[in-house]
Amino acid sequence: MARPEGCALVTGASRGIGAAIAKALAGDGWPVAVNYRSDGEGAAAVVAGVEEAGGRAVAMAGDVAAPGAPDALFAGAEEHFGVPVLALVNNAGIAADDLISMLDDEAWQRVLDTNLTGAFRLTRRALKPMMRARFGRIVNISSVVGLRANPGQANYAAAKAGLIAMTKTVTVEVARRGITANAVAPGWIDTDMTAGVDSDLLSNVPARRAGTPAEVAACVTFLASDAAAYVNGAVLSVDGGLAA
Amino acid sequence: MSVTTEQVESRVVETLASFGPDASTITRDATFEELDIDSLDLVELAQVVEDDYGVILKGEDMKELKTVGQAIDLIVSRAE
Repeated sequence: MARPEGCALVTGASRGIGAAIAKALAGDGWPVAVNYRSDGEGAAAVVAGVEEAGGRAVAMAGDVAAPGAPDALFAGAEEHFGVPVLALVNNAGIAADDLISMLDDEAWQRVLDTNLTGAFRLTRRALKPMMRARFGRIVNISSVVGLRANPGQANYAAAKAGLIAMTKTVTVEVARRGITANAVAPGWIDTDMTAGVDSDLLSNVPARRAGTPAEVAACVTFLASDAAAYVNGAVLSVDGGLAA
Repeated sequence: MSVTTEQVESRVVETLASFGPDASTITRDATFEELDIDSLDLVELAQVVEDDYGVILKGEDMKELKTVGQAIDLIVSRAE
């Protein structure tokens, strides 16, 4: 069954993995809302790249940690493209690393607010048009640290593991409406976020190299496609074998 | 906004019928259980009601509802 007409919303899409996902989805025919919090220039560059390649995209500002963000983002995307949001990629994420003994409440809460609560509120909002359409694709960008411990990332890991549990719950609640929810768990991917990390750690990666944002984006595009209609509640590791 | 019971009844029956049961079986006395209307169907009904009548039904409201008639009466009372 061909998917009904809809657009995609990718959060945190001004750079890194999110930008690659936005470009890949646009390349697969989705009109894409490119959400960003502060990097308007990056988002504009993503939109320009999509348009140069013949796709459709619009940049949309909004902090996913803000309670009002989902309504604003969905209304904006639906108004711009004239179709409902039928693919949601919860990618926006921040890190505030410290050993748990030193991790303060503010850093804990800030990471949970953006990485988990923001995804919850967006998912809740997304289910309205998806249930009506009897079609929906939700892809949550988790992390290898949601599956395997990494010192210094208790807050990030808790949020990313929480995303996996939420993904599975969404699946069992709404799968019968033609909606899929899956998680992608990237490992070490070359982005601004991992730029300062000691590259000696790469020796722990079975593939002995970092991944690229495009390699994550390819998996997201698959999960959003018609071909993945029966893939639901899955966690797809994209980590060169790190979680194996 | 004023809506009549008949208008709400018609909309509720139409919406519930879209979930599977034959419209002729959707009477005021029919229970959601008999109609095989589950909690997710009721969530979707609540969305329709919110969009059409501006009536916000919460989870606790829905849990109390057993029959089609109860749902219609609740929606009408909230819309007044």
